[in-house]
Amino acid sequence: MKEILIDLLGNEILVYTLMALVPLVWVVLFALFAVWWERKVSAHMQDRLGPMRTGWHGWAQSIADTLKLMQKEDIIPAAADRALFILAPYIVFTASYAAFAAIPFSAAYLGAEINLGLFYIIAVSSMVVVGLLMAGWASNNKWSLLGALRSAAQIVSYEVPVALSLLAVVMVTGTFDLQEINRMQSGSILNWLIFAKFPLLLAAFLIYFLGSLAEVNRTPFDIPEAESELVAGYHTEYGGMRFAFLYFAEYANMFAVSAIAASLFFGGWNSPFGEFLSGPVWGAVWFLGKGVFFIFVQMWFRWTLPRLRVDQLMYVGWKVLTPFAFALILAVGAWMLAVR
Amino acid sequence: MQATDLRAEEAVGRPATVPGLGRPLRSEEMVVNMGPQHPSTHGVLRLELVMDGEIVVDVIPHIGYLHRCFEKHAEQMANYQQVIPYADRLDYVAAMSNERGYVIAVEKLLKIQVPERVEYIRVIMAEFSRIVSHLIAIGTYGMDIGAWTPFLYCMRDREHVLDIFERTCGARLLYNYMWVGGLSHDVTPDFQEKVRAFCTYFRPNIKELNDLLSYNKIFIERTANVGVLPAEVAVNYAVSGPTLRGSGVKWDLRKNDPYSVYPLLDFEIPVGRGEKGTAGDCWDRYMVRVREMEQSVNIIEQAVERLPAGDVRAAVPKRIRPEAGDVYVRTETPKGELGYYVVSDGTASPFRVKVKSPCFVNLSALPAMCRGAMIADVVAALGSIDIVLGEVDR
Repeated sequence: MKEILIDLLGNEILVYTLMALVPLVWVVLFALFAVWWERKVSAHMQDRLGPMRTGWHGWAQSIADTLKLMQKEDIIPAAADRALFILAPYIVFTASYAAFAAIPFSAAYLGAEINLGLFYIIAVSSMVVVGLLMAGWASNNKWSLLGALRSAAQIVSYEVPVALSLLAVVMVTGTFDLQEINRMQSGSILNWLIFAKFPLLLAAFLIYFLGSLAEVNRTPFDIPEAESELVAGYHTEYGGMRFAFLYFAEYANMFAVSAIAASLFFGGWNSPFGEFLSGPVWGAVWFLGKGVFFIFVQMWFRWTLPRLRVDQLMYVGWKVLTPFAFALILAVGAWMLAVR
Repeated sequence: MQATDLRAEEAVGRPATVPGLGRPLRSEEMVVNMGPQHPSTHGVLRLELVMDGEIVVDVIPHIGYLHRCFEKHAEQMANYQQVIPYADRLDYVAAMSNERGYVIAVEKLLKIQVPERVEYIRVIMAEFSRIVSHLIAIGTYGMDIGAWTPFLYCMRDREHVLDIFERTCGARLLYNYMWVGGLSHDVTPDFQEKVRAFCTYFRPNIKELNDLLSYNKIFIERTANVGVLPAEVAVNYAVSGPTLRGSGVKWDLRKNDPYSVYPLLDFEIPVGRGEKGTAGDCWDRYMVRVREMEQSVNIIEQAVERLPAGDVRAAVPKRIRPEAGDVYVRTETPKGELGYYVVSDGTASPFRVKVKSPCFVNLSALPAMCRGAMIADVVAALGSIDIVLGEVDR
């Protein structure tokens, strides 16, 4: 896609800017849709209707909400650390969005063709913690601080099993390049990595999925923003556009982890029917569809399960998922040695 | 978990040391105000939490944000009946139970006997309000633990009871239904049918609630062994209601100090047995409520079968002017032992109405449950004693 655009426009900088903007457009549209969708999903799970007033079944609700948030007064608490307070939402969003550079949306589109794509994603997405800590500290609110510290502890802990489970995939595929991993899974549905070394990579997927729920602060690991305990966690003091940015980053992050799950385990942009309905455009459709499906699973969890306590969360992270992830790597390694 | 106690010792006792620093690291406790505007304090309660990191060193409840001078109002009323709507507003999620205690007290002062039909309807209404109150307690408790959906399922079932209340007396929350000597309205002709329909509808929903929430692994992890209130401590704090029974003490005024027609009805008193952890933990208190709802359905079914005919206003006195004297009446409301001490000086309005509020007493046991626990456990413990600030502050 990049080569075609360079031929067409003749200006490399313009092309790179365009390429960088494609995921942003998607993320904006997706966040607007997902906020509305989450409200509808939760409503129907809970025997109610959800937003119904703004358009057909309230489809324009998140647009209205965004407009409202944009018009709100920009409040910065008097005792807050102004610079950090202003900076934090952008850092959180930038870190979340940076991950999209290495996510292959289709066979023809990948923001940055770096051969360490997966490694890059793991690296940049941990930058989110910095932003969250800044937000919690700068708010000068005890609840925010507790929320931020919880987030930091949680995200750092869960990066370990997540990275280890992704490492299992890398061992099987032998590459960090997501586009390459996607290509390997083409052909038949049985080539999807979830079936590779069955059931080892299935286990890797489960560890990854649980860990990613914790990384994006979703139930049952939504402890940093546990409404019933910490009011709203690190974003208690945020309002208006800054709040919208934090929220936006959260949904971007949700999509990023779902997209990685789709890419690494469920064939990415490959059609489940082999060659049927495949190609660059259909590829994007499949990829986004798979990503959105995992978002739905996240929502499903959220509206079904209660929340763990902080120490139980650490227990699950360090004493359950991490040892299992290590055992998994060992098992994958043993299999590879034995088969060779 | 025994670990909670160990953590508490660590929190209070030793200062943390850093290797190589050569001196203990200075640390101090942080005071956090939880409330009065906080999603989990169930109203305008302020908890002053003394925290050591995430661990609670002490909890100091501050109350009074919803003080409405109920007792003073009661003295200023023109007559005894005017107190009833104020009694509704004590524990506003179970208004029927509150007004019932008050009217029984005044009837005792007047030494009047109410018709049997009135007694039965009052029992049905009081048990319905127990179901409503427990549904809210259970639903919001799920929300405190982080599960949103059971709350809305509970609210859905609650609507059905409120519909029955509305058909009977026109109000859904604050009824002014029980009068001294009788009731404001007789029940509608299809009352029995509606009540039976509700009982058949509601029983499977209790099972659904158990499947969704009570036996959920995460829910058990969060509530079992948390906020343990041993039986002895519970008795010493004089707590009552499900909070007491959750600790394994079989004490229910409907059995132990029977009033109304309860001796004629067949029901059981569920108590906490420490099934998932220690006796007297949050899960036990929660489960006592679930089981009490089942028992309430049993009571309602029996009462509605035996509902005798009669006039619900037959015994309502024209003029209420009791002889000088005093009376203390205690009834088992959803929250516990609600007592009314009514003093009459022989005039048309009460000289003094003192309320012994179960929520107030139960709240006093909160610090004993929370010391050494984590901040999330405070929320769990507070939810499990099910306070309504309208009754704590009066």
